[in-house]
Formats: sequence, C-alpha cells, structure tokens
Amino acid sequence: MRLVEHFEHGLDAPICLTWELTYACNLECAHCLSSSGRRDPRELTTEQCEAVIDELQRMQVFYVNIGGGEPTIRPDFWHLLEYAVAHQVGVKFSTNGVRITPERAAFLASTDYVDVQISLDGATAEVNDYVRGPGSFDTAIRALENLQDAGFKDAKISVVCTRQNIGQLDEFKAIADRYGATLRLTRLRPSGRGADVWDELHPLPEQQRELYDWLMASGDNVLTGDSFFHLAAFGEALPGLNLCGAGRVVCLIDPVGDVYACPFAIHDQFHAGNLLTDGGFRQVWQTSPLFQELRSPQTGGACTKCAHYDACRGGCMAAKFFTGLPLDGPDPECVQGHSELALAGARTVPAASQDHSKAAPTRNQPVMLKLMTRPPVSDCAESPLAGFTP
Amino acid sequence: MTDPTAELGLDQPWALSPSVQLRPEPFGALAYHFGNRKLIFLKRPELVSVVRGLGEASDVRCALVTAGIPEPSWPSYVAALEGLAASDMILRTAA
Repeated sequence: MRLVEHFEHGLDAPICLTWELTYACNLECAHCLSSSGRRDPRELTTEQCEAVIDELQRMQVFYVNIGGGEPTIRPDFWHLLEYAVAHQVGVKFSTNGVRITPERAAFLASTDYVDVQISLDGATAEVNDYVRGPGSFDTAIRALENLQDAGFKDAKISVVCTRQNIGQLDEFKAIADRYGATLRLTRLRPSGRGADVWDELHPLPEQQRELYDWLMASGDNVLTGDSFFHLAAFGEALPGLNLCGAGRVVCLIDPVGDVYACPFAIHDQFHAGNLLTDGGFRQVWQTSPLFQELRSPQTGGACTKCAHYDACRGGCMAAKFFTGLPLDGPDPECVQGHSELALAGARTVPAASQDHSKAAPTRNQPVMLKLMTRPPVSDCAESPLAGFTP
Repeated sequence: MTDPTAELGLDQPWALSPSVQLRPEPFGALAYHFGNRKLIFLKRPELVSVVRGLGEASDVRCALVTAGIPEPSWPSYVAALEGLAASDMILRTAA
C-alpha cells in the first residue's frame, strides 16, 4: 500500500494537530476562521490543558500547532508552552505578535522546541490592516524585529492569500528574508467570519494561476501547509501530500475541548466529539463515527469524470461545505472552472454553529471601506432609487 | 560531534539521534526530530528495525545483518540511512 493510502485510511494518532487555546482575541480580523473575539467561559482550565498534553505525549503526537483566538493572551500560555516542551510535545504557535515583547522573544530564542508563526496578510500596512484591523501590521513587524534582535532563528510569517495580496508575493518574501524568517502561504477558507468576506477576498481565477506559477518558480523555501492541493489541477503537483487530511492525519481541538475534522471546519457537521465528555482525545480520534466515515473510501461524485481528479482529489471539503456546494463535487475554486455553474446557481450557505465575535465592535475592527465603483447618477439625484431599473 | 560531510559506510558506527523519537505506524514509523522539527516517514518496517538497531550494533553492516536484511538489498537501505543522516536523524558515533 502506498503511503498516501495509509494516510487516507487514517493513522492511530494525528500527524498534524491544531489546538486553539482560546476564542479571545485582541483583533477582529474580517476573515477569522474561528469567528474569534470573546473568551468562552467553558474554555479548558490549565489542569485540563495539561491533561491534554499528557495524552498527546502518550500518543506520540510530536508537535501541535497552537492558535486561537490569540493564544498568547491566555494568562497560562507561557506555562503551557513550557509544559508541552517538557513533555515531548513540540509547539508551533500562531500569533498576531501582540505579546512578543523583547523579553518573551529572548525566552523563545532560548528554547529549541518552539516555533513561532506571525500572521501577516499584507506586505504593506494598507493591505494588511484592511482585513486584520488598524495597527496590526505594525504589531506584527515589531514582533518580527523583537524575535530577530533576540537571536530567534527562522520564525514563520504566515500569509492568507487574498485577492488584495496575491500581487505582493515577492514583497512578502523580501520581508521574510529581512527578518531571517520563512514565508508560509495558506489558502483563504470561507470558514468562520471568512464566509462573510470570501466573495470579496478570495483570489480571482487568474490570480490562482499567478499564485501557482509563483510557487512553482519561487516556492522552494516557502511553506504552504499543503494548503493549495486544489491548484494541482493546473498540471504538475506542488510539493506536499496533495490530499485532504481531515480526520485522517489532521484535526482540530477547540478551546472548549471540541474535536473537529480540521482547522477550517469548526461546524457541527464536522464535530467528532468532546475530549471532556467523550473519553479523551485518543478515544475521539480513534472511534468517532465521523472520523471513521472520513477514513472510508470517498467517492469523487461529479469530479470522477474529470481528467484532473487524481491530481486535486476534488479539493477542500471545508471550502465546499461553507460555500454551500456538494461535498462530492468540485471545489469552489476549481481551477478547471467546474464549479462556476454551481456557484452561480441556487445554493444555501450553511448557518454558523458557533460565533465568538465581539458583541460590539472595538477600535481594532477592520474597516473594509471600498471606493465607489460606479459614479453617482448625477450630483443632485436625491432619490434612493435613482438609477435603479428593475 | 558529527561530521556532516562524512559519507555513510557499512563499517561505521551510527546511532539514532537522542533528539529523535520514532512512532510506530502500519507502514513503518514516523521519525520526528525535536531540534530541527523535521518529520520523516520510514516507509518500511524493516528500515525501522535497522534504525532502532543502529545504536546497539558495532557498525551499519552489523545492524543490517541483525535486522535480517538480505545483502542484495543493502544499497537501498544505505541510501535510506544517508537520507536520515542528511536530516540529522541519525548521527555518526565514536568508534
């Protein structure tokens, strides 16, 4: 059996586990995958988090990707980081940089088992702050400076590729080089608040090609988290597994201990169980009916007729689900254009099953103002329906 | 210390790096290096036996024999070990 088939049947423990420690966040990014903002009162306690780490150690889950929300604003974040490292669970954590002070940067530089990933969704403040909120570009750059000054090697700069920043790929690479960091590009998913802005932010078809060509030409030292396997249908596959690992080799633990098939699928439909009420993480991973189903042979549905099915495997399950497309049909960003009809037709986008967004916007909320694309009918047309022809 | 330019030879003693852990899997094992955070798939159970036996064996040849690898297959195992050495998963030890 080929390695990829072993992965499709699922492993006894995940290879790549994302753990969101809190729904609390200082920012209010427009495209937040987990609709974060406010802490959930049911979030795991320090002791419960330690028990999770103990179990991950027993399962030999070698590293976790910690995120949120903004994980560093949990008061026990640094304690949990040290606890994980002391228990042979390496940590990569994602942050907007708000707590990466010179002192914390020095601590991070002193440990081998921790990797830091700073989120940056524009190579300029203008493009970044448009979706991540005012001041967030400066915060991220300051964090990168602090890490570099402390001697931290090889931080990651994580970029969600959008319509607004695809043209900045070379500039992102230059920023990474300037700070001795590695660039990581990932796909915009229509998950969480991302569903509200996906239509405006997701790369246009010609930008998908631009991204693919850039990755083929300059992507040698760029990480992608195997994010872009839907682009494999352009021709040559990008490096990586080119496989949906949801529930097979990846999954997500959310701040209240709910286990989901992947970080982009926080929804009841992809909920496998809860590690407090369903017998622990190992039990959920190994026996949940949802994961059993995801590990059984999948049908490609409409896609099996396509010559590129073996390359892209139908694309991303979460992207289809959150855009209201059938799970056994093409990805909403199918590069062969096979989803255009379905996207244009009648479809129902599923309602969110959780939302931790702040109840009232704060000064950190991004203001996605757009310039008017059409001139007014005339300077003095006062009717609100001026120019509207039914 | 190790010499990164050293070629891996049958007569040399090697061992799994103390920073590496192996996780058994149906296809072989996952090898993870906590220092450089590299993850490598050992795609054959026999290779896992060889790698686990390296530290006990006096040299690579001895590890291959102990794991029951037939001699005609040795070159492919040496190539796999060279790949692991390039990622610091296994280290040259003092003779």
